[in-house]
Amino acid sequence: MRQRVLPGLPLSLGLTLLYAALIIALPILALVFKAASLGPAAYWQIVSSERALASYRVTVACALAATAFNLVFGLALAWVLVRYRFPGRRLLDAVVDLPFALPTAVAGIALTTLFAPGGWFGHVLDPLGIRVAYTPLGIIIAMAFTSLPFIVRTVQPVLEELDPALEEAGLSLGASDREVFTRVVLPLLAPAVLAGLSLSFARSLGEFGAIIFIAGNQPMSTEITALLVFIRLEEYEYQAAAAIASVLLITAFVMLAVTNLIQRRALRYLQKD
Amino acid sequence: MKINLDHVVKTFNTFRAVHDVSLSVESGELVALLGPSGSGKTTLLRMVAGLEFPDAGQIRFGEQDATQIPVRERGVGFVFQHYALFPHLSVADNIAFGMRTARAARRSKAEIDARVEELLRLVQLSSLGNRFPAQISGGQRQRVALARALAVDPKVLLLDEPFGALDANVRRDLRRWLREIHAELGITTLFVTHDQEEALDLADRVVILQQGRIVQQGTPRAVTRQPNSAFVMRFLGDTHQLSATAKGGQVTLGDLSLDATGLADGPVDVFVRPADLEWAGQGSGDQPGPGLPATVTRVIDRPGARRLAVSFEGHGLELDVAPEVEVAAGDRGRLRILRSRIFPA
Repeated sequence: MRQRVLPGLPLSLGLTLLYAALIIALPILALVFKAASLGPAAYWQIVSSERALASYRVTVACALAATAFNLVFGLALAWVLVRYRFPGRRLLDAVVDLPFALPTAVAGIALTTLFAPGGWFGHVLDPLGIRVAYTPLGIIIAMAFTSLPFIVRTVQPVLEELDPALEEAGLSLGASDREVFTRVVLPLLAPAVLAGLSLSFARSLGEFGAIIFIAGNQPMSTEITALLVFIRLEEYEYQAAAAIASVLLITAFVMLAVTNLIQRRALRYLQKD
Repeated sequence: MKINLDHVVKTFNTFRAVHDVSLSVESGELVALLGPSGSGKTTLLRMVAGLEFPDAGQIRFGEQDATQIPVRERGVGFVFQHYALFPHLSVADNIAFGMRTARAARRSKAEIDARVEELLRLVQLSSLGNRFPAQISGGQRQRVALARALAVDPKVLLLDEPFGALDANVRRDLRRWLREIHAELGITTLFVTHDQEEALDLADRVVILQQGRIVQQGTPRAVTRQPNSAFVMRFLGDTHQLSATAKGGQVTLGDLSLDATGLADGPVDVFVRPADLEWAGQGSGDQPGPGLPATVTRVIDRPGARRLAVSFEGHGLELDVAPEVEVAAGDRGRLRILRSRIFPA
C-alpha cells in the first residue's frame, strides 16, 4: 500500500461509510422494503391510481416551473452579488440563505398570509383575476421560495472565479456583449447551473411544509405527492405511503444521476489528456 | 497603422496611473513599454486597446480619433497576460472565435477552417487543433492566444506581459519566434514587460515608464548607452552606485578623475556596471596606474567568466574577469573605470 502523508484515512472512511449507511441508506432501504412487500400488482395499482397520477402531474409541473423561475432569478441574483458593489450587498447575500434557515412551515404560513385574497399581495392580485393562494401558482411560489438558494450558491463561486480577462478577450475579438454572455460566460457557468437546477428540482419535488399551507390541497388539482404520502400515513396505510414515496425517490434519483452524467460530459474539457 | 497618444491621463479612484503621456508608434514598428509594476504600462496598453478609456487626452489610429471607440470596433488583437483562452473551446474553436461573431465578415465554414489551419501552421501547432487549452503547455497556450488575436486581422497587435508566466528557456525561444512573426506580418506591435532583457531583445524601440510617466524612449542601443536618469540606469541592469562630489566639471573618486561636464557642483552618484570595471591585481605585471584601491572579498566561478566581489571604501562592487585570471579572496588590486554615468544625487 502507498504511504500516505495524511493520517486517518481508514478512520475517516469508516466513519463516513457508517454514517451514510445508518442515516441515509437504511431509511431508504426500509422504504423500499415496505413498498416491495406489497407485491407488483398491488404496488402498480397504488402508484398508478388516478389520484396519485394527478399528484405527480401537479408536483412535477410545479417543480419544473419553480426551477425555471429560479434559473432566471437565481442566475440574476448570483450575477448581481458577484459583479456589483452596492450598499446592502452583504445583507442581500445573507438573505439568500434565509429560505434554508427558516422552518418551511413558517415560510408556507407567511406566503399564504401574503397571497391570500385579503393579504398584502392578494388584495392587489385578486382584482386582476390572478389567484395565487390555493392554486398551482401558489405551489410554484412556495417551491421557488424554498429552493432558490441552490442555484445562487452553486453559481456564485464559479462566477467569482471567472477570469474577467475571458470576457475582455471575447470583446477584443469583436463579440457583442450578448455573444460574450452566450458563448463565453454561460457555457462556463453551465455545469454549476446544471448542478443548481437539479438540486433545486429535487428539493421542489420533496418540499412539503411550505406548500401545504398555500396549496389548498384539493385532490386531483392542488394535491402534491408528498401530501398524498402523508395522508396515506395518517390513514395507517403504511405500504401505500411507501409505494407512492418510492416513486418520488426513484424520480429524484434518476434525475440526479442523469445530471451527473451530463455534467461530466460538460466538463470534459478540463481533462488533462 | 500608426498610433498616436496625445497627453493621455488616467486616474483610478485617487491613484493616478498614467500622467500626461504622449507617444507615437510608427506603422510596422515593434515597441516595448518597459517599467516596474505600478508604472502605468499595462493601463496604457489597455487604453490603446479600448479596454480602458483615458480621462483626458487623445488616442489616434492613423488619422482617426480612436479615443472613445470600444474595443470590439477598434481592430486590435490583444494577447492577455495569462492568455485568457476559452477553456471550454478547443484550440481551433478558440482561434475561430473572432471569425464567428456577428460583426465579422461572413465566411463559410470551409473558409474559417482553412484560415484556422493557416494560423495553426503559422504558430507551429498544426496537430493540436482538437486539444483543449488545459491539455497543452504554457508556451503552446501563448501561441494559441497569438493565433486567436491574429485571426481577426488586427491593424495593431497588443501584448500584455506576453512571456511573463513562462520559464526562461521557453521565453527565449518564443521571443525569437515572435520577432520572426512580426517580421513576416509587419503588424504594428506594442508589448508591455517589466523584464528589461525581454524589451531590449525584442523591440525596435523601448519606452521606459516610471510612475505613470515616460522617462526615456529610444532604440535599445540608445537607452542602454545613454540612460538619462539614475532610475533608467538602475532599471536596465546590474549597476553600482558610488557617492562622490562634483567640482568644476570633474568628479574625483580614489585617484581617478571622471569627466562630469555640465554637472553643477555638489554631491553626485557615479553609476558603473560590472562590465564597466576592469581589475588590475598587484604583481600581475600591469602598470599599477590610477584606479580605485580595492580588496577581493569573494570569487564566483561562472561558465564564461570569474565574477569578483570586491570592496572599495565600504562599497561592495562586482565585476567579471577572464576565466584564466588567478585571483583569490583577500587579494588587493585596483579597479579601473572604463565607462560611467554620473547623475546629481
